[in-house]
Amino acid sequence: MKSDRFLPLFVLLVLSDCDAMAEKEDKSGERGLKTFSGPHYADRLFKWLTLLMALSVFLLIGLIGWELAQGAGPAMRQFGWRFLTSSDWNPPEEQFGALPFIFGTVVSAIIALLIAVPISIATAVYLTELAPRWLRQPLTMFIELLAAVPSVILGLWGIFVMIPWLRDHLYPGIQKVFGFLPLFQGSISGYGMLTGGIIIAIMIIPIITSVSREILRSVPGLQREAAYALGATRWEVTRIAVLSYARKGLFGAVILGLGRALGETMAVTMVIGNAPQISKSLFAPGYTLASVVANEFSEATSDMHLSALFELGLVLLGVTVLVNIIAQILLKTFAGPGVKPQH
Amino acid sequence: MMSVTNHKWRKAKNNFMQSLTFACAILVVLPLVLVFYHLVVSGIGAINWNFFTQLPKPTGELGGGMANAIVGTFILLGIAACIGVPIGVLGGVYLAEYGSKLNWWVRFAADVVNGVPSITWGMVVFALLVVPLPEPFRGTTSAFDPQTGVLTVLDRSGESHDFTVNDSTRLHLGGDGKVNSLPKGTDVIVKFHRGAGGVSVADSVGSAGLWRVFMTNLLHLHNSVSGFSALAGGLVLGLMMIPLVMRTTEEVLHLVPTGYREAALALGISKSRMIVQIVIRTALKGIVTGVLLALARVAGETAPLLFTAFGNQGWMYKVTDPVAALPLQIFSYAISPYGDWNRQAWAGALVLLTMVLVINIGVRVMTRDRFQAKG
Repeated sequence: MKSDRFLPLFVLLVLSDCDAMAEKEDKSGERGLKTFSGPHYADRLFKWLTLLMALSVFLLIGLIGWELAQGAGPAMRQFGWRFLTSSDWNPPEEQFGALPFIFGTVVSAIIALLIAVPISIATAVYLTELAPRWLRQPLTMFIELLAAVPSVILGLWGIFVMIPWLRDHLYPGIQKVFGFLPLFQGSISGYGMLTGGIIIAIMIIPIITSVSREILRSVPGLQREAAYALGATRWEVTRIAVLSYARKGLFGAVILGLGRALGETMAVTMVIGNAPQISKSLFAPGYTLASVVANEFSEATSDMHLSALFELGLVLLGVTVLVNIIAQILLKTFAGPGVKPQH
Repeated sequence: MMSVTNHKWRKAKNNFMQSLTFACAILVVLPLVLVFYHLVVSGIGAINWNFFTQLPKPTGELGGGMANAIVGTFILLGIAACIGVPIGVLGGVYLAEYGSKLNWWVRFAADVVNGVPSITWGMVVFALLVVPLPEPFRGTTSAFDPQTGVLTVLDRSGESHDFTVNDSTRLHLGGDGKVNSLPKGTDVIVKFHRGAGGVSVADSVGSAGLWRVFMTNLLHLHNSVSGFSALAGGLVLGLMMIPLVMRTTEEVLHLVPTGYREAALALGISKSRMIVQIVIRTALKGIVTGVLLALARVAGETAPLLFTAFGNQGWMYKVTDPVAALPLQIFSYAISPYGDWNRQAWAGALVLLTMVLVINIGVRVMTRDRFQAKG
């Protein structure tokens, strides 16, 4: 049976159910009032309307999953699990394997987290615990503004400013010192996995920082006062009383950042080099799930190519939704309903 | 034993950590400063009157501007606001004013949807609005060849259409549900989906009951728009705005004092009018702030526009045309090998970032005193 037919039915069902639930509340609370003011049809209609709009987020989730699965169908039937384990991506030959992209996405996200996590949490600690009061507001605003910089602009800056600098200064230096590791061998073009990781780090630092900041702010003041009373220095208060208390929430912030890192598209596409290969060297070009979709989707050579790209999208969606669910559970159970992650 | 040296050591460690975290904070702010500096230095030179009034020149020619991309971005944002604002605001009203056991789940879902990569949104709208498919139609069966699986259906104007019916075709028929048992002259509806190899396959063939006719027309309305279009681009951005607007609206409505609501209800006004006339009006500034921030966020989105709005070197004349947008133009100019285009990419980026930052800073300054309690 085609399930898109039943979606509206399902919504109607949920609606009537909720209405019954709400009516129960009404009866207990406002019975006397109702006899005077009639059945309130307009009132109910408005409530239904708002409920329908609130439920639209579930519809959106359903829609995304359904459409991507629908698009990915032919590729899934053709390749099965081989799709995820094959590293051969060759559209003209109709060979499609997702491994290089999964590898690129995971590696670039790991690099980004390695850079972003210590910096973001240290910044959040500085903003909530250690910074002088007058500096907190402007710094916070700066970081929120950084979060607002569009990805494509960061990519532009990455191509023309960051890559030349990394290629001429930082990377040769790293290679000189750590060149004995296979990670840092090979030729340096500037475009590569490490560059991609760095640009993702710049993109996710503001998110991790501002969510961590909210988490740290929600640590009860009593925690701090107790530690101060024992004669601890500011840093000791932070370490003992604040950081250990907030550990779960901070972990949630990091996972949220991971979700963004996995799905980041434009800036990465512009600097990662876009070569579907699995290389030991971090200086070598790579490719991510999101970038290959961005590059090839509107110019797909065949229906199977398009379907394979849909399947890449489905993989990306599955992973990011899972990561986001974990992050939201961690954040919501840590802080209760009061603290909300910022966008 | 707490000796003096121990105390000094702890002090030193405290100072060290303080400086270290300060250095991290500077490191975080540095990219914003550098990006803005380079945008101004490299972009300001390419910004002139032509940039705002002229169309892009063909490859290799100097000059030209991004007038169409700037207008296109505003058109896309307009369409997005038409979709995202009503749904987001009303959803937020439900969360804040009515609420039920569903609230936790709705918030949870909104936060998860908010984390969905923007590129997958683009793919979804591509599948919904861009992929060209034959329109579903109503007709009567006239022949079926079981060997090849070809079904012939006469549409209402008497024209005959042949379709391949295969294993993935869903059949909604009376009798035993097989096509070959289909009596000639049955009234059916045929819908399509994209099969492997680009052939449109009959997706479902069913007897045309009233309900099915209604649902088919409703759900396949979108087939009348296909191809890259401003409508598709606006829809992507609008869908992305929904969770953002919903969450900020809810937050802002929570800031309206309960006394206002009680006072209104005590005067005998109905709840819906209380919400529209008292609560929303009180919180209007905050709601507008939330909407503007959401617009600023989606204004810079590039990935989902790549295969919905697609970009256009000229003007768009109808909403079903592909349309240019600043982020798309910046992207294609940035990765092009022409120096003049690169320079224009910088200029476009400067304009876009200025727009985004002005909105962001503006709403923060505007609402500073009003919502201080929250921040």
